Amino acid sequence: MTTPVADLVHAAPPSVQPDVGARSASLMEALLPPVVALLVAIVVGDVLILTFGQSPVAVYRLLLDGTWGNAYGIGQVLYKATTLTFTGLAVALGIRAGLFNIGGEGQLAAGGFVAAMIGLAMPAATPAIVAALLCTIGAAAGGGVVGAVPGYLRAQFGAHEVITTIMLNFVVLALLGWIVSAKIHVPESLHTPEIHSGGVTRLADIMPVFHGSAANLTLLVALATAGAVSWYLFRTRRGFELRAVGLQPDAAEYGGVDVGGVRWRALALSGALAGTGGINFVLGYKHYYEDGFATGAGFLGIAVALVGRNSPFGIVIAALLFATLSQGGLAVNALVPKQMVDVLQAVVILAVATAVPAVRQSIRSSAKSVARSLMENGDAAGGGSR
Amino acid sequence: MNAPPPPNADVGSVAIRLQGIVKTFGETVANRGTALEVKRGEIHALVGENGAGKSTLMRILSGMYAPDAGTVEVASGEGRLHDVTGWNTAAAIDAGVGMVHQHFMLVPPLTVAENVVLGREPKRGLQVDRRAAEKSVADLSARSGLVVSPSAKVADLSVGEAQRVEILKALYRGAKILILDEPTAVLSPPEVRQLWDVLRTLRADGGTIVLITHKLDEVMDVSDAITVMRGGETVARLETRATTPREIARAMVGRDVALVLDVERSDRARSLPDRAPLLELRHVRVDSPRRARVVDDVSLSVAPGEIVGIAGVEGNGQTELVEVIAGLTTLSAGEIRIAGHDAARLTVRERGDAGLSHVPEDRHRRGLVLDYSVADNLILGQQHHFTRGATLEAARIVAHARQRIAEFDIRPSNPLLAARALSGGNQQKVVIAREMGGGRDFNVLLAAQPTRGVDVGAIEFIHDRLRRARDEGKAVLLVSADLAEVLALSDRIAVMYGGKIVVVLPRREASVETLGRYMTGATGAPAQVA
Repeated sequence: MTTPVADLVHAAPPSVQPDVGARSASLMEALLPPVVALLVAIVVGDVLILTFGQSPVAVYRLLLDGTWGNAYGIGQVLYKATTLTFTGLAVALGIRAGLFNIGGEGQLAAGGFVAAMIGLAMPAATPAIVAALLCTIGAAAGGGVVGAVPGYLRAQFGAHEVITTIMLNFVVLALLGWIVSAKIHVPESLHTPEIHSGGVTRLADIMPVFHGSAANLTLLVALATAGAVSWYLFRTRRGFELRAVGLQPDAAEYGGVDVGGVRWRALALSGALAGTGGINFVLGYKHYYEDGFATGAGFLGIAVALVGRNSPFGIVIAALLFATLSQGGLAVNALVPKQMVDVLQAVVILAVATAVPAVRQSIRSSAKSVARSLMENGDAAGGGSR
Repeated sequence: MNAPPPPNADVGSVAIRLQGIVKTFGETVANRGTALEVKRGEIHALVGENGAGKSTLMRILSGMYAPDAGTVEVASGEGRLHDVTGWNTAAAIDAGVGMVHQHFMLVPPLTVAENVVLGREPKRGLQVDRRAAEKSVADLSARSGLVVSPSAKVADLSVGEAQRVEILKALYRGAKILILDEPTAVLSPPEVRQLWDVLRTLRADGGTIVLITHKLDEVMDVSDAITVMRGGETVARLETRATTPREIARAMVGRDVALVLDVERSDRARSLPDRAPLLELRHVRVDSPRRARVVDDVSLSVAPGEIVGIAGVEGNGQTELVEVIAGLTTLSAGEIRIAGHDAARLTVRERGDAGLSHVPEDRHRRGLVLDYSVADNLILGQQHHFTRGATLEAARIVAHARQRIAEFDIRPSNPLLAARALSGGNQQKVVIAREMGGGRDFNVLLAAQPTRGVDVGAIEFIHDRLRRARDEGKAVLLVSADLAEVLALSDRIAVMYGGKIVVVLPRREASVETLGRYMTGATGAPAQVA
């Protein structure tokens, strides 16, 4: 049973992809890892489902029916995939620059919060397109500021972003929680009042079949952002320099690249990408900021980037995959605990992490970069700075 | 030249026999039917260009790789040959095969003795018996002539001493067959002579030594027999006594090559142009986080049409000197002028635009982004000249790459191939093509170890380009650990020791002996200041 899967896994193409400014991973390469990972996850899922005394076929059918089987399910998957695309892109942009941004949770929340504040501040008469645009820019700025702080600390003092970004999550979430509960919440709730203007059209308003689902036109923003990130990384000089810093900072420095500046900008940009994801909930779905709306989506972005192999196109696919699993968890709850789907998600991540050479390599190099910078900091503490 | 090995019961019997070794990595064939036979009690030189498959062959011998085909036989101890094909490193160590790698595998904060016994510590109860460890290491050190203090911290050792620790480590594990991978790259001439003495002592003790190298003078100095590899095949097996450097070089490259030694003789004594220097250093000082005054009050100038060579044992400030000129390290004090302009506060990019080209000493770390294509690497540092608006001009980048590839005969000629896939010599050609090729407007060239790890054919080519740059009126600062190279190319030679320039000699007053003396810090002659 496992042999053919293993063979498939090893048939995955080798890691490094030479590129001349422009060349994202090919379609095949982007698609193969998630597919393989999914196959492995299905096998493991079979075993789990059987231990719950259920039929795998029935559970998987329910999972598919509840996600891709009807318009509402599809809408929910698209909605979830939209947020995950943003947080996945955020993580991927960081990794391309050799930085591991695990502050997506806080950045996403900050983006949503700023969008909501701008929406509240604007009079209801503001033209919708202008309001939505301003809210979106605000969301990017909010996430960007939260990302820029670790960026500045890294560039200036060599403080490692793995530590600063994750710690900043707690700071940001606690701060926002306090502001909302102490200052501006609607009584009996944990959310702000509804925004006056800036709402994004729901998919259901255009195509009534999607009635009830949260999907909204933010998903087009997500697709456009994925395209823009791909263009930035692979076509522009800044992208060339950013990837050089990620692959070999010493060579980038030799090539006249301001390595500290690139890191600083990359983390700010990464934060802005995660922050923009906040509009999906605030502008597209609930029209208010609610404490905890972003829970999990920031961290899941790491898995999305991993499975999507840091390629913007791959990330869109991976976001759909994880959104399907997450929505499917709700659907199969009647037969098996929905935590089973969490296990499946974890298995997908493990399968990709162990099976795909490129991912293995990227994890290894992230680990090395963390270790190296921790050692450098140790030295700096001992005397002198770098 | 080579004293015959002292009488020993089984000297002359075969200690290592590799036959028909085939090893491929994906599409790359490292060994294709390679054969090697080494006699017991012999110093055997394994020579060949980079990428000839020497290191792979030795990794197969030491159990790191399993061959795809072929047999590996080793005589352990006093015994006869055993087929050990496809064994692992642990088994190889047990059988007395030890490898000393090019890159040291030592733990810097631990002492020499601790490093040597690591993994096989003498125990007293549950504790490591430190005193026993130090004693056995001291004994081994005395017996082999590998002088190093057992209680010293490895972090405080010189590179030469660290290498001795590596060899001690192999001997401590009972190695009777010692493989050394390019051991002299990091040594000064006196240290090389000491190493040769150690190897001869080991040989007299019945040890068998395989020496990987590409320096022909070393082969002639120390080896008894030579195996030459080319393109993964064994092309010649020679007795050192009965051969010449020229014959070895011809076997390595497959054609006649101009050896550095010939060039040295033909190099004319040129009258130096009396023009304003293009590169000027005044009282340059660099402090690194770890050590103050890594470069200490260095003043030096390079005139147009001049090659100034910097000789010295590695780690005496040459690296930092080059990096501070290139703008990669902070200048603590002093002045740097490029083409008459103050460059001390310019960024790397601004220095490049001011006419500075830089062939860095470590192409894998600095000179190339290995996962970028050859075409992308050929614009590294020049990317702002290949940009329109925000985007890179992909078509121009590829066209530029095709020109450089043709001009420098970079192989394979596919500009989209990742630089990682190229051989060392071709990787270096990419760096040279970028820094010195057509279209690059430069007047000062920093060439740091420009031929390190590069095959004989490419060395000839690179030397040729350096001379051509000189003839075109560029100022060339050459830093090399290879004295023959410094002597062959330079008009003036400066020696660095302990961060200072201890002497600057005109080429005709320099020789391996005089330079070697200055390189070890001895002040045999009154120092001149530039």
